[in-house]
Amino acid sequence: MQAGSVHGVLFAVAVLVLVGIGVVTIGDQWWWLPPVASIHGATIDALFTVTLVVTGIVFILVHLLLAYFVWRYRARSPQQQAYFYLENRPLEVVYTLVPALTLTSLIAVGTRAWFRIHSSPPAEAMPVRVIGEQFAWRFQYPGADGTLGRFHPRFISEENPFGLDPEDPASHDDIITTELHVPLNRPVVAYINSKDVLHSFFVPALRVKQDAVPGMTTRFWFIPTQTGTYDIPCAELCGQGHYIMRGQMVVESNAAFEAWLAQQPTFSTMVGLSH
Amino acid sequence: MATQPTAATVHQEPTSFWRRYIFSMDHKVIAIQYMITAGLMGIIGLVMSWLMRMPLTWPGESIPIAAKIFPGLFEGGVLRPDAYLAMMTMHGTLMVFFFLTAILLGGFGNLLIPLQCGARDMAFPFVNMLSYWVFLLSCLIMLASLFVTGGAAAAGWTAYPPLSAVAAAVPGSGLGQTLWLIAMAVFIVSSVMGGLNYITTVLNLRTQGMSMMRLPLTVWALFVAAIIGLLAFPALFAGAVLLLLDRHLGTSFYLDHIVVGGQHLAREGGNPLLWQHLFWFLGHPEVYILILPPMGIVSEIIANNARKPIFAYRAMVYSIIAIGFLSFIVWGHHMFVSGMNIWLSAAFTLTTLIIAVPSAVKTFNWLGTLWRGKLRFPTPMLFAIGFVSTFVTGGLTGIFLGNPTIDIQLHDTYFVVAHFHIVMATSAVFGVFAGVYYWFPKMFGRLMSERLGKLHFWLTFLGMYGIFFPMHYLGFMGMPRRYYGFGLLQYLAPDTQAIQLFITISAFITGAAQLLFLYNLVWSLWRGKRAEANPWQANTLEWQAPSPPPHGNWGEHMPVVYRWAYDYSVPGASQDFIPQTVPLEQEPTGEHRRAAVAAPELSGNGEAHRNGG
Repeated sequence: MQAGSVHGVLFAVAVLVLVGIGVVTIGDQWWWLPPVASIHGATIDALFTVTLVVTGIVFILVHLLLAYFVWRYRARSPQQQAYFYLENRPLEVVYTLVPALTLTSLIAVGTRAWFRIHSSPPAEAMPVRVIGEQFAWRFQYPGADGTLGRFHPRFISEENPFGLDPEDPASHDDIITTELHVPLNRPVVAYINSKDVLHSFFVPALRVKQDAVPGMTTRFWFIPTQTGTYDIPCAELCGQGHYIMRGQMVVESNAAFEAWLAQQPTFSTMVGLSH
Repeated sequence: MATQPTAATVHQEPTSFWRRYIFSMDHKVIAIQYMITAGLMGIIGLVMSWLMRMPLTWPGESIPIAAKIFPGLFEGGVLRPDAYLAMMTMHGTLMVFFFLTAILLGGFGNLLIPLQCGARDMAFPFVNMLSYWVFLLSCLIMLASLFVTGGAAAAGWTAYPPLSAVAAAVPGSGLGQTLWLIAMAVFIVSSVMGGLNYITTVLNLRTQGMSMMRLPLTVWALFVAAIIGLLAFPALFAGAVLLLLDRHLGTSFYLDHIVVGGQHLAREGGNPLLWQHLFWFLGHPEVYILILPPMGIVSEIIANNARKPIFAYRAMVYSIIAIGFLSFIVWGHHMFVSGMNIWLSAAFTLTTLIIAVPSAVKTFNWLGTLWRGKLRFPTPMLFAIGFVSTFVTGGLTGIFLGNPTIDIQLHDTYFVVAHFHIVMATSAVFGVFAGVYYWFPKMFGRLMSERLGKLHFWLTFLGMYGIFFPMHYLGFMGMPRRYYGFGLLQYLAPDTQAIQLFITISAFITGAAQLLFLYNLVWSLWRGKRAEANPWQANTLEWQAPSPPPHGNWGEHMPVVYRWAYDYSVPGASQDFIPQTVPLEQEPTGEHRRAAVAAPELSGNGEAHRNGG
């Protein structure tokens, strides 16, 4: 046995063990995505699974080849000759085209889903504004008129910490809350703003993530499909309290939602606007 | 073609200690200076990662030993949240720029480009020296920021404004962030000086017969990485200057009417996304600056230890060039959920997944090189095949993140941390280790200990997987990154804490294993087995110079190159390697399989690959 060739065997074994661990823990879903609770979320999960299968096959095949070659062609005797071999054009073309075509298919399905997720929200979608600030989320509902009042940080004052425009009549009946309640199975379109720094509106269970950017409004719409209470962690570093910036989303029946909303004070009562 | 300077025209060999070892213009000394400085920065970055693991693993628990060593960062024995963010920011910054970029381009670029091209030194030795000293200055500024009021920068290595633009936004956003930006700007000045040198040297100072298509893949990779750096770093320089203006002169490049700490900032018309574009215009090419040189190093070491020509040399060169080009048009994949236009996201998806193709080709070519070889497994080879494994693992997860639909869920979770640490912290670092073990005998004339080296490899290989593979699971569960603690998040499974503990134990073992490497370095410098000129029986030019090479590298006569770098196990040859300097009359060549080779190419110009086409 040539010096060091035992390490070829060891390497082959180590690679096989590592691949085995990966295949078992991931294939058997020991730790997995939170149960999905939105319609587009199911699409994301399906794409995730397809990509996992495709990359999983490559992961296993390449590692098997690596382990096999390292074991099989380790230097064992002084007589052994390496095979002088420069290139193989047809093989190279195949292993350029196969990844290219595979990736193209993944791009195709991925971007199709991407455009569907970011399509215009349905007309009946309930608008809600998500406002990020260090280190909390606030939510603005349109109230009886169905229109969200204007938001801009320049309206923020001690009396009006929310940043709604008191001059905008649409804002008067708006409702501002610290919890996000949404009705089950109804499209919700979130308009996302920030008062201060970047934040990211992340609802893991609903597969929603969209940054809150000061100076612009971002948008994400979704249809919740499971009732429950879900965490809304901030997913973009926003300062010392980033890790405690967590809101809650409650998905409930339409009746429960309406009852909850009716109990919330309006913007004009909260900041004491007189008419 | 510029004519090669002779021994007389290259700068004189200095005689004083200061000129020889400190303010040296010799590329080999500068390479060692870069490697030592970058290595120290890497060690600091590693210790920072240990500190970060503490609150994640033992939330709220007092760790008296650590608190005693770093009293400024701990309160009541617990790492403070602002200190956590500062450590996280500085860890990323140090590792990406001050360790990996510096050691790969400054260290290996300096060492290998002149030696493997057959030059006496860099094209501009004085600028080369300046590049190192400016780099050192940037290191000192960056480290100084750890000791200022408010602590070091805490806005992440990506330094997104407004967090990095407004002092009140986060503790480190005061003087710490200013110093961070200045240090980065100074670092970029240094890297531009280095890059100009590397590019000019490769283009103009190749020795007679060294056509571009005879260059070893290390030089190709370093050459393209240097071009990427030269073109991409200035964007970050501009971005940093604009951010300094926003911070100190009241401009509004990145700001628009925000309220921080009850204070209304009347800035108007800026947008934080501008910074993200400028940052990632460098930031993404940067990761290819960090992975191309390891790819080159690994190609070299695999061919040498398989005793076979690198499989599909030309495909390797073309994929390096393709990666270099494509790396400039993929940056938007960091911004899929940032609010960037959705059509732009779709375009970046296309380019991002296309760049996976040349990476895949390279992987298959390494496998093709191993196939039917006669594989030896010295430590450099173990790290090289370890690189192939981790590069595949880390590369494949990029296919998830490059898909904007899947990225909605995985963006800014531990899945991303797992992905880039397996590519950067593992693969790229394996490239560094492979390179150090392989070229140590050339640098110092002694071999490193194989026993210690192999132990170091095994602990590091298994340890790195132990640290970063479980982070995928945390990412699946939706665990956000850059969090000081996860106590509030109900959706995370309770056993995440067990995974965190496993990761931390792996991190401490792997980190401690690096002590073996340091010990090996020091021990081998004095006690290592004396190395002959060509201990690996390799073909490239540096092995034709003595170990270590003298000032000017080649003595009286410049080497003349007659063949490519990969004539291993050529049928009919007298031994299984043929150095590039061996004339074709003496030994056959496999360089141009499809065309007969006539006379040796006596012009060193890039146009000389007439048979290769």
